[in-house]
Amino acid sequence: MQFKSQAVAKPYFIAAIGLFVAQVLFGLIMGLQYVIGDFLFPAIPFNVARMVHTNALIVWLLMGFMGSAYYLVPEESERELHSPKLALALFWIFLVAAALTVLGYLLVPYASLAKMTGNDLLPTMGREFLEQPLITKVGIVIVALGFLFNLSMTVLKGRKTAISTVLLLGLWGLAIFFLFSFYNPDNVVRDKYYWWFVVHLWVEGVWELILGAILAFVLIKVTGVDREVIEKWLYVIITLTLITGIIGTGHHYYWIGTPEYWQWWGSVFSALEPIPFFAMTVFAFNMVNRRRREHPNRVATLWALGTGVMAFLGAGVWGFLHTLAPVNFYTHGSQITAAHGHMAFYGAYVMVVITMISYAMPLLRGRAANSNLAQVIEMWSFWLMTIAMVFITLFLTAAGILQVWLQRVSETPMGFMATQDQISLFYWMREWAGVVFFIGLVTYIVSFFIKGSDTKAA
Amino acid sequence: MSSAFTTSAARNIFYGGTVFFFLLFLALTYQNEKALPARDNRANLTPQVIAGKKIWETRNCIGCHTLLGEGAYFAPELGNVYKRRGGDKGGAEFIKAWIKAQPTGAPGRRQMPQFNLTEQELDEMVAFLKYVSEINTSNWPPNIEG
Ligand code: HEM
Ligand code: HEM
Ligand SMILES: [Fe+2]
Repeated sequence: MQFKSQAVAKPYFIAAIGLFVAQVLFGLIMGLQYVIGDFLFPAIPFNVARMVHTNALIVWLLMGFMGSAYYLVPEESERELHSPKLALALFWIFLVAAALTVLGYLLVPYASLAKMTGNDLLPTMGREFLEQPLITKVGIVIVALGFLFNLSMTVLKGRKTAISTVLLLGLWGLAIFFLFSFYNPDNVVRDKYYWWFVVHLWVEGVWELILGAILAFVLIKVTGVDREVIEKWLYVIITLTLITGIIGTGHHYYWIGTPEYWQWWGSVFSALEPIPFFAMTVFAFNMVNRRRREHPNRVATLWALGTGVMAFLGAGVWGFLHTLAPVNFYTHGSQITAAHGHMAFYGAYVMVVITMISYAMPLLRGRAANSNLAQVIEMWSFWLMTIAMVFITLFLTAAGILQVWLQRVSETPMGFMATQDQISLFYWMREWAGVVFFIGLVTYIVSFFIKGSDTKAA
Repeated sequence: MSSAFTTSAARNIFYGGTVFFFLLFLALTYQNEKALPARDNRANLTPQVIAGKKIWETRNCIGCHTLLGEGAYFAPELGNVYKRRGGDKGGAEFIKAWIKAQPTGAPGRRQMPQFNLTEQELDEMVAFLKYVSEINTSNWPPNIEG
């Protein structure tokens, strides 16, 4: 750690991991409800568990991005953070708001929560991923603005690098596109059209800039390859991302009442979206092969390479699988979608946040790298979580293919619930893979508490 | 990558490409808005339908169901449920009776909560689902089962 103020990243990382645990626990609850329908009903209905699962995911990834930015920007700018106090204050505001929101989901009927929190003033709730009460949404905007102000001031006063510029572009984009969550037209088609301005333009747009910048930063640090080379790659990757991903939004506009020309725009451009993900994989391996030093933090390098591979598989391959309109006609809104959603979120965003934590946390704790034993245990957690996620994806894909076949392709289509009964075996296997994932996550947390005698001095 | 291709060239292509495709996207969005009235059933967007949408949202139906294929995959597609359950001949009655009868309490079966909707709210809910079922979705879903 070169600058004192980088230390504000630490609480963000710790809270992120805590919320990650909550996310996966609620995933396991839902996974069980898929096969034992009345499990925990009516205490925790499926929709409530799902809100906790997905919103905890989003919030912990945002916490991870913020922590990463607070660590990365001072080092890139070669100066202390504009205001470490503001960063800490915003941390507590964000954490308390997230906790209250989750408690609200769990303890108050959703309709009452909506009433209590001003949804009648401006109805924004009850849409997938954007279920947060109005006051939480406003809180997110305030936290994001404070955060961006803090970082932008730091960058403006310091050295400007491609990495910090791209990171800030991504983060500003994140905040700006979130504003569409306040727009909720009565017309369902228009509601859905602009809803994707948040969801798609996040994960297949501006978040990829954040992803690229964090990965580039860690790769410079662990490989010692010239900044010039890495920054050129970064620009090429994010160029490919945005020229395919912006129009690629069209792959969500096939069947929601929008005009049919979107089937062409969406299919053609989104079919190209895997290219930047592939480039990212090649980039990561290339840089590690050309490394100029053996960094003692080997596990951070493993996470960086894993991000490249798994993001390509989850977003690139599993995204391509169902992105062409004639295929999507059958797979739209099926378990195939869930399979892709899981591996893409894990491979791209979960893994890049863990990459950064893995690299930065030892430094924040005053050493260049953890002891050999701690690293080996962290590597176990890498393999457990990653392989479990591969199996979750494979089982959901199998479930999805059967679902589509029985319910949508067949000459004598089965009803939804009857189809679900037919494929419950795969849901059981997904749940077991989920248990392995959870064991991997526990192993990951354990690795933070392993001492060992051979920690490397910072 | 060759050294003739500099970082600043890469950066300029990034900004140029992004601005170009973003503007193209805005143009397509404009075109989209022009084309929607012919497809999105807005003529039937009555106050009752709008009230129904709000009930749909404040009960978080999307947390279990899909609507036009978007949402959760735990429970049936509802974009076409009005038509699946009889359309103008019985669809409304079926949907209202269904919502009132929840949860089924059948052991081991997926359960839908009881929302205690009033008769008026039930009518609004049905009006909303009928309106959605008449949106032109390019023949999606592949069949009535959703
Ligand atoms: C890291 C990047 C990505 C993430 C995190 C991600 C995540 C997701 C999620 C969560 C959904 C479900 C949304 C919903 O609930 O309705 C989804 C849908 C979809 N994604 Fe991705 N995605 C990524 C990249 C891609 C890419 C690169 C492609 C195409 C090559 C793609 C193609 C699709 C398609 C076609 C759908 C719609 C599925 C349907 O019709 O049901 N995604 N994605
Ligand atoms: C123990 C592991 C997990 C289990 C059992 C699990 C289970 C589930 C279930 C049952 C759903 C709801 C599907 C539906 O709507 O019907 C879901 C949704 C989702 N989960 Fe997980 N999950 C797990 C881990 C994760 C992880 C690690 C991530 C992030 C990388 C994640 C991201 C998501 C996303 C993005 C959705 C929404 C998908 C969509 O809308 O298509 N889950 N999960
Ligand atoms: Fe997308």
